[in-house]
Amino acid sequence: MLKLKGLTKRYATGDLALNDIDLDVPAGQVLALIGPSGAGKSTLIRCVNRLVEPTSGSIELDSKDITNVRGGRLRQARRQIGMIFQNYALVERLSVMENVLSGRLAYVGFWRSYFRKFPQSDIQQAFELLERVGLETMLDKRGDALSGGQKQRVGIARALMQNPKLLLVDEPTASLDPKTSRQIMRLICELCQEQNLATIINIHDVALAQQFVHRVVGLRAGEIVYDGAPDGLSPEILTTIYGEEDWSADKHDDDQGASEAKGPDVEAALLGGHP
Amino acid sequence: MPVEIVNKTPVWQRREPLQQRLIWCGYFLALMLFLLCWKIISDNTIWEFLTDAHLQAASLIGRMIPPDWSITGSLLLPLWDTLNIATVGTALGVLIAFPLAFLAARNTSPHPSLRAFALAVIVSSRSINALIWAILLVTIVGPGLLAGMIAIALRSIGFVGKLLYEAIEEIHPTPVEAVTSTGAGRMQVLAYSVMPQIMPAFAGITVYRWDINIRESTVLGLVGAGGIGLQMNAAINNLAWGQVATVFVLIFATVIFSEWVSAKVRHAVI
Amino acid sequence: MSQSPQLLEPRIIAAKSGSWRPKPKISNVTLRWGINAAALVYLVLLYFSVDINWSRVAQGMDRGVAFMGSFLTPDFVSRGGEIAIGLRESLTMTFAATVIGILLAIPVGLGAARNIAPTPVYFFCRAIIALSRTFQEIIIAILFVAMFGFGPLAGVVTLAFATIGFMAKLLAEDIEDAQRDPMEAVRATGASWLQWINYAVQPQVMPRLIGLSLYRLDINFRESAVIGIVGAGGIGATLNTSINRYDYDTSAAVLLVIIGIVLMSEYLSGYVRKWTA
Repeated sequence: MLKLKGLTKRYATGDLALNDIDLDVPAGQVLALIGPSGAGKSTLIRCVNRLVEPTSGSIELDSKDITNVRGGRLRQARRQIGMIFQNYALVERLSVMENVLSGRLAYVGFWRSYFRKFPQSDIQQAFELLERVGLETMLDKRGDALSGGQKQRVGIARALMQNPKLLLVDEPTASLDPKTSRQIMRLICELCQEQNLATIINIHDVALAQQFVHRVVGLRAGEIVYDGAPDGLSPEILTTIYGEEDWSADKHDDDQGASEAKGPDVEAALLGGHP
Repeated sequence: MPVEIVNKTPVWQRREPLQQRLIWCGYFLALMLFLLCWKIISDNTIWEFLTDAHLQAASLIGRMIPPDWSITGSLLLPLWDTLNIATVGTALGVLIAFPLAFLAARNTSPHPSLRAFALAVIVSSRSINALIWAILLVTIVGPGLLAGMIAIALRSIGFVGKLLYEAIEEIHPTPVEAVTSTGAGRMQVLAYSVMPQIMPAFAGITVYRWDINIRESTVLGLVGAGGIGLQMNAAINNLAWGQVATVFVLIFATVIFSEWVSAKVRHAVI
Repeated sequence: MSQSPQLLEPRIIAAKSGSWRPKPKISNVTLRWGINAAALVYLVLLYFSVDINWSRVAQGMDRGVAFMGSFLTPDFVSRGGEIAIGLRESLTMTFAATVIGILLAIPVGLGAARNIAPTPVYFFCRAIIALSRTFQEIIIAILFVAMFGFGPLAGVVTLAFATIGFMAKLLAEDIEDAQRDPMEAVRATGASWLQWINYAVQPQVMPRLIGLSLYRLDINFRESAVIGIVGAGGIGATLNTSINRYDYDTSAAVLLVIIGIVLMSEYLSGYVRKWTA
């Protein structure tokens, strides 16, 4: 479904964020992208839908090259790529329904969207998605009245409103507590299976990733250093990805139960999903 | 370091010595500048006039009290005109300032040259007082309400434009990113992610400017641009200070009223 | 999901069948229509009460074009002397008035902050602020010119008076918004009132006070261009004369000078704010 060839991104500051990335994601596969902060995970998924312009290399979506498309063609491409954000990225002053319907913007004209005159089928679909994520009674609530987990559910519904072929997920659980994190991950993975979507999930929490995904790609300093099954993540491989650390020591430490998968701290991240 | 060792005992000072000296230098220069300014002003002042200033003030106030209430009726229509000048002027100004702010904000401006143009318009409009615009416009479109309305509008463009483009630059960028990533068009991104975020600020700024404009439009009549200022000017020229006092009382009441309305509306939208 | 259908609101049922409109901003129907009707009535009244002499407007269009054009050919030279004198007077008035105004505004502002001032002082200071803020600078200038005679002194007093109201109000609001805990902590050390202000209040409001002072300096300069019209000195007199003579090239030059100085002061205050932040 998605094919990246030699993707490279060098920022104007001179930092090389991505170096010659080759990646192939077939439909229906859920792929977790792990790596330390600054490894280029965020840049990689933002290059795919061209929120960040890659310096060189090519992006192929559904066998169509979208590396250099502009204007209407770019919007056509983006419409096929749903995106879910770390901080939910809801428009907080719009209602839940408006937030979900904004996933259809690329399908309707400006004036229709301005006057909120969406087709009946769109509204039905939005309602079904809200039902699927368990928020149909909240449709008139404003975005800022929701809890973190609810906001992320609205974010998921918005991404799926696009009827995407590819889903990009940027740290979906970084701002959530461990229980909600698992619920959100399960929801995302189930929906991907149901709709046969190719999915890339950026995630810090390795344990959580191992539980839900089919394939793990480890990124370090803009290069792929691991690509394989979740079970293959041995301590040696984690060391190559994240650097030196005792990966087994704290596994039985009771204090760590309180740590939530919050920041870039690898240790906490590893144990975040630990019951 | 602010802590120095003098005679083997640490001495704490609030600032480093050099920094402290620079600050004193700054104060000294400011004082010198102030004295220079004062001298220039003093040279241009005929101080003999001031010996009876307190008598002047006393007689002025004496002639203002009691206000001449008999003209109140004839002031109501000019007051209504003043209100209209402020309201229509604000509306016109906001209408122009709104798109201008989007051109001027770094994150929504389509092109750097358009941004420079918008910023130039905003600063020009902000620099020049409504009364000066009014003097100009009276010579161009003739005395009356229209000159006042346009003058108020011209001054409001810069004020509303500046505050609004600053509000646009301060929005959260992630919702914008999210709506862009759905494949929405440029205008849709503005309508769905930028507009909802700036609407409260926009309403607040508009009402705030309307409140200021009420004050400004009370004096536009001094230069012939309509409203209650015309009556005030006539009364001053006739040295009818009792009538001037009546005008002042009405202006005071109107300003209080507009402040009340503005506070109510701002409270409602935020 | 667990809610039974009869508990669902009508809007949710409607959305299920695919019809949904955003909720109106004002939920009270009477109020919503009341506001709409009031707006309509106002527009009708406006239409009948504003009388514009369009033929006069049409006549003036040549002058409008001439004025626009003169921005491209501003004449700084032929009345250069008058511009220079007016400008010097404006700048000196601005600086002197801002300094005096701020020095006087600080005690008034302290007195007008509810959390640190006793009630009688509070009301007295608030009264000063209200008086100073209600009337336009130009009205105050007329009164002071009547008292002090023509010249820059009346201008300085006017601008200083207006500065007091502006600065004191904002300073008082800032003090009222200051954090309470440090204020209590310093008071708990047994500090005197002045020490308390110096250690607990001043550090909290100082950056904003500096920012506002620079902003007021900017405002006072712009106002100084206006009060000259009623004889209170400054560049306003030069400008007024040139406009009344239809000498638009000189007017444009004066306006450009004002715009330039305001622009400069804006850049400068940006820098100062960075240093003091």
